Amino acid sequence: MSEKFVSLSDLTLSYGSTVAVPNLDLDIVEGELIALLGPSGCGKTTTMRAIAGLLTPASGMIEIDGQDVTRLAANKRGIGLVFQSYALFPHLSAFENVAFGLRLQRMPEAEIRSRTEAGIETVGLMGFEARKPAEMSGGQQQRVALARSLVMDPKVLLLDEPLSNLDARLRLEMRSELQRVQKDTGVTMVFVTHDQSEALAMADRIVLMKDGKIEQLGTPSQLYAEPATAFAAEFMGFENIFCVEGENLVSDTGQLPLGFAAEAPMLAWRPGGVQVGRGPFSGRVLSSSFAGGHREYVLDSLLGQIKADAPIETVEVPLGHNIDFDLPQSTALPLAA
Amino acid sequence: MRNLTTSTILGLTLTFLIGPFIIIIFAGASAGETLAFPPDGLSLKWYLKVFTIESFRESFLLSLFLAIFGTVTALLLGVPAAYALNRYDLPGAETIRTVVAAPIIVPGIIVGLALLRYLVVPLDFTVTMALFMAHTALVLPYAVRVVSSSLNNLRADMEEAAVLLGCTRMQAFTKVVLPNIRGGVLAAFILGFVTSFNQVPVSLFLSGPGVKTLPIDMLAYMEITYDPSVAALSALLAFMSLSIVFVAERLLGFSRYV
Ligand SMILES: Nc1ncnc2c1ncn2[C@@H]1O[C@H](COP(=O)(O)OP(=O)(O)OP(=O)(O)O)[C@@H](O)[C@H]1O
Ligand SMILES: [Mg+2]
Repeated sequence: MSEKFVSLSDLTLSYGSTVAVPNLDLDIVEGELIALLGPSGCGKTTTMRAIAGLLTPASGMIEIDGQDVTRLAANKRGIGLVFQSYALFPHLSAFENVAFGLRLQRMPEAEIRSRTEAGIETVGLMGFEARKPAEMSGGQQQRVALARSLVMDPKVLLLDEPLSNLDARLRLEMRSELQRVQKDTGVTMVFVTHDQSEALAMADRIVLMKDGKIEQLGTPSQLYAEPATAFAAEFMGFENIFCVEGENLVSDTGQLPLGFAAEAPMLAWRPGGVQVGRGPFSGRVLSSSFAGGHREYVLDSLLGQIKADAPIETVEVPLGHNIDFDLPQSTALPLAA
Repeated sequence: MRNLTTSTILGLTLTFLIGPFIIIIFAGASAGETLAFPPDGLSLKWYLKVFTIESFRESFLLSLFLAIFGTVTALLLGVPAAYALNRYDLPGAETIRTVVAAPIIVPGIIVGLALLRYLVVPLDFTVTMALFMAHTALVLPYAVRVVSSSLNNLRADMEEAAVLLGCTRMQAFTKVVLPNIRGGVLAAFILGFVTSFNQVPVSLFLSGPGVKTLPIDMLAYMEITYDPSVAALSALLAFMSLSIVFVAERLLGFSRYV
């Protein structure tokens, strides 16, 4: 197991004169499933394309398995990429799509057959071999794309938002499918997503990106429990973030007295961490929506908007009425500036 | 009421489109000695006579040669041009598009005159050579346009996928791009073939003694002889074009590309 199976050092990626990713350092461990997570435009696809060799870095170095591949052509890197759009070859059947790369290597027909069939089996598409991409559903096409990359035995498999085009049920199914394939084959996988729950559910480690830089890197439980910055906290669902000044919580719109002593310059609460129904503060209900196990309120308080979840057993408070609430110490996340 | 209007418009359209064709078929099938409609009796003699006219045979072969090789050459130039214009952010791409489209915009007679004045006369090009170049240039815009529109429907990431599976850029083009624009290329070929074959103005100036394309030859023939053979020939040519388009439609749904 190499700790630096894929190593990006001081990598700068740009489109013309606009720098999309400045000075990125990232080491990916052999055999791990790592997620690039971040909002739209933060440079996830760009980073991935650079690893694949589809984008030449402005500066910096990319090493894969100990070899400097910064200047190596994309077709020599041995990297698989599953495109968000799948990019299947429309004129070829599912079988020929999967066999495409093997045929290029001029291996014996029998080996091409057996490896292609094995690949199709891995993704559970037996019986669909003869179909053209246009005759398959989104999920099936995606499996073909996955098999097409997998049969090449790539050193690293990159997946760009692999689940974003699927419906909710299929997405859950493909999540576990991807994890299973990854455990079975042991391939190092990097997948891009802007859905935090997907990253949390699937990844061994998460790289949270913002404006082309790494905001935080860690395991899902680290990121979930201890987001290091306000940006990370917000991404992990701490939707109420306020500054601390002396004894008070302050925001642009006003302030509230903090009931306890805080060292940190900022405090954050998840909607679920806000105590609803009793407490020293009061807020007017701006909106209220049923969310299955709980009710989501947006309250207008002296601190501006507060997002708060109430247990579903409590009586619904109508719009415009006031609710008492508290921002308790027990659920507060201290944040550095 | 609406139905009546619709069918009237439909009827008129069909009359205008197909009417001349019917007239030509019958005018060529005349038993008389001069071009007339309605024909003086029916016979196939003019249809048969067409094949015995030596000059028609020669000009037909020349037109066929120009249409096939001119169009193939235009495609050899046009497919890569369309690809480059489509996929790369070329400096001056707009200018190139305009220049390529010029033969469509500039009246054919001027193109013909220009080629005569600047190629045939000063550079001593043979007439056949000049005709070949003229027809290639004439068909090129169609080639670029039709192929471009097929390329537009083909996402660029497919080629990247091919490259990541081990293709060189050239292999990605031949193995992934070409098979997927095959229909467009064939459509461009047919459009080019028909355009080239029926071309009059550009060829008018370039046709010299003994070297004439078929339409020009037919014009020349009519100036001297006013018999129904020209109508018979026209009908035969129309049938040829029709069958080509029909076969193409059957094979690949030609109408999707034009
Ligand atoms: N071809 C391009 N030319 C110029 N700028 C580009 C190009 N592609 C991306 N960018 C810019 O680079 C930055 C990073 O883009 P990138 O596609 O990597 O974002 P992303 O994180 O993948 O976003 P998304 O979640 O929307 O896919 C963005 O600001 C984007 O506008
Ligand atoms: Mg992206």
